[in-house]
Amino acid sequence: MPDATDSITANMDMLRFATAGSVDDGKSTLIGRLLLDSKSIFEDQLEAVQATSVSKGYDYTDLALLTDGLRSEREQGITIDVAYRYFATPARKFIIADTPGHVQYTRNMVTGASTADLGLVLVDARQGLTEQSRRHAVILSLLRVPHLVLAVNKMDLVDFSQEVYDKIHAEFTTFATKLNIPDLEVIPISALAGDNVVNRSENMDWYSGPTLMHHLENVHVASDRDLVDVRFPVQYVVRPKSDEHHDYRGYGGMVAGGVLKPGDEVVVLPSGMTSKIAGIDLFDQEITEAFPPMSVTVRLEDDVDVSRGDMIARPANAPKPSQDIDAMICWMADAPLKPRQKLAIKHTTRSARTLVKDIQYRLDVNTLHRDQETKELGRNEIGRVQLRTTVPLLCDPYSKNRTTGSFILIDEATGITVGAGMINSGA
Amino acid sequence: MSQTHPDYRLSQLDQLEAESIHIFREVAAEFEKPVLMFSGGKDSIVMLRLAEKAFYPAKIPFPVMQIDTGLDFPEVLVTRDNWVNRLGVRLVVASIDDAIANGVVVDDGKTSRNRMQTGTLLNAIEENGFTAAFGGGRRDEEKARAKERVYSHRDEFGQWDPKMQRPELWSLYNGRLHAGEHMRIFPISNWTELDVWDYIGREGIEIPPIYFSHQRRVFERDGMLMSETPLNPLRAGEVAEERTVRFRTCGDITLTGCVESTASTIPEIIAEVSIAKLTERGATRGDDRFSEAAMEDRKKEGYF
Repeated sequence: MPDATDSITANMDMLRFATAGSVDDGKSTLIGRLLLDSKSIFEDQLEAVQATSVSKGYDYTDLALLTDGLRSEREQGITIDVAYRYFATPARKFIIADTPGHVQYTRNMVTGASTADLGLVLVDARQGLTEQSRRHAVILSLLRVPHLVLAVNKMDLVDFSQEVYDKIHAEFTTFATKLNIPDLEVIPISALAGDNVVNRSENMDWYSGPTLMHHLENVHVASDRDLVDVRFPVQYVVRPKSDEHHDYRGYGGMVAGGVLKPGDEVVVLPSGMTSKIAGIDLFDQEITEAFPPMSVTVRLEDDVDVSRGDMIARPANAPKPSQDIDAMICWMADAPLKPRQKLAIKHTTRSARTLVKDIQYRLDVNTLHRDQETKELGRNEIGRVQLRTTVPLLCDPYSKNRTTGSFILIDEATGITVGAGMINSGA
Repeated sequence: MSQTHPDYRLSQLDQLEAESIHIFREVAAEFEKPVLMFSGGKDSIVMLRLAEKAFYPAKIPFPVMQIDTGLDFPEVLVTRDNWVNRLGVRLVVASIDDAIANGVVVDDGKTSRNRMQTGTLLNAIEENGFTAAFGGGRRDEEKARAKERVYSHRDEFGQWDPKMQRPELWSLYNGRLHAGEHMRIFPISNWTELDVWDYIGREGIEIPPIYFSHQRRVFERDGMLMSETPLNPLRAGEVAEERTVRFRTCGDITLTGCVESTASTIPEIIAEVSIAKLTERGATRGDDRFSEAAMEDRKKEGYF
């Protein structure tokens, strides 16, 4: 690796978080506040938003205009698509995936959550938990976003009442026992006034937990990665075919799990051939270890046949190749998903075709009810599906590895991404 | 051998680099004929550096393409050639003058060269049969870009339809195309202006000297400082004078303004960028100032 420099941000770590909600929850106000207070909004951006707010006759500057970047979104006054926003504090760089809250945009929420380390769900303190806030928590849990923050917003409108906060906290904790949420923080805030966003509130001395910003800056994400189970999907075979590097043959890819070191015994799947790691290259340097999410080039001692779509793992710890896949699918196309449908599937660096064998149930994301009567999945619906693939996939349960446990489904005629899948297990 | 990482932490810049390298390899593996759009500006230089790393010790397995507006800064063209020669990549130049001469785009005397780049670019992509074109766009640049995918699908007319964008999940990219369509690829989507500077500083790579503070004869137009050049004659009332300036972006010389600055090293530029009050495009790019949706409209037509 290159040496550290004097730079301000280069050596910081990164937190990707997803927010979901509608304007009414104060989501845009909150994001605007985080951007403003971390000085990530530029004067020309703020001026443009102020000018538009004035011309539309609003009483206040609508910070949603900062994030709603498409003409159709501004016209309709809603967030439709996922918008990515960036800000940094001295502690961390943040990437926000800002997604819409309505049920008809569940697929956008799923998209934003797929890469998030943390999910931020907003509730209006006056209303308490709503169907929408429950749905957001369910989606974040399904996508295995490891950290969840429930921000109880508009505390100023309930007289900063501890009673209101405690009730919502208790209600949500009960609901969360049905979900997979390893880490939960419930923070009372006022996005509009700034209480507990960046600065500690003077109005809620009964609250001893962190402010939202303090939590975002300090939540421990490094341990979320799997550093035990070696998974290296081979992406690209590097063969220089030059005089200088005549015999060089390396396998480029991004480490999806575990720590790889020179000398390690490895197995190449699906062939099952074994070899040892001869060296690991990062550009022109040989490195002593590679771990997620590094992009490196691995060289093997033996001249085994390895190509794109293969996976390098450890002989005693490798995923089982399987053509029968049991997965949760979020369906994204207009026309419903039905049994017997054929689709293209992309899993890690492997592409194949797949047949929908069965739709076991549709999950009601508001109530967690499993509807076994429906035999199809409509747009934005989530359900449990059995698939048969043309070639074996080298997969893990999504709960174990978000990279080797996920896939996308593609319509073969239109080429459009129509589904997102999270593997329960190889059957 | 080098490097050990205490508790296996990867800095944010290393994470961004790893993500970008992943994208380059994915495209090289899945597309028949990629090309990297290389202007010689800082963002495209960072892209080229990442491509160099992605395939090393092999050469970059695709050519680079520049749209010659005829209005490029000469210093930028020198840097472009240095990079191309050092890496031994093939350079495709698509010239607006040629496109006008061949009737590919029409110079009506009103349309800016910036706008004519779009027709020239789309024609070059079609003529060369390129199926994927890497661009240096970043989501932090502009709000229409904030919704752009890493793989941005273009129809057979080269158009972008923001309502028909494919969902992009995890690091699984969908590169499916029909005949005549192509994909724009944005491997540094998640980088900010500051990240780009940090990376240039860390890697110690060559960038055009106009990014650093220098003396230049400039004049004020529409609140921006423009270079005095025969390509951009002074209008009535405009007066040129020598000032200490640098450029934050490298575009068309007639549209790209500079800022007064004494920043002559990367750390000084980083310090300046960190406290800048205007976005780089808002401050110095005439092409983005026409309307709130200027970028969205140009992107729909097929702009970078």
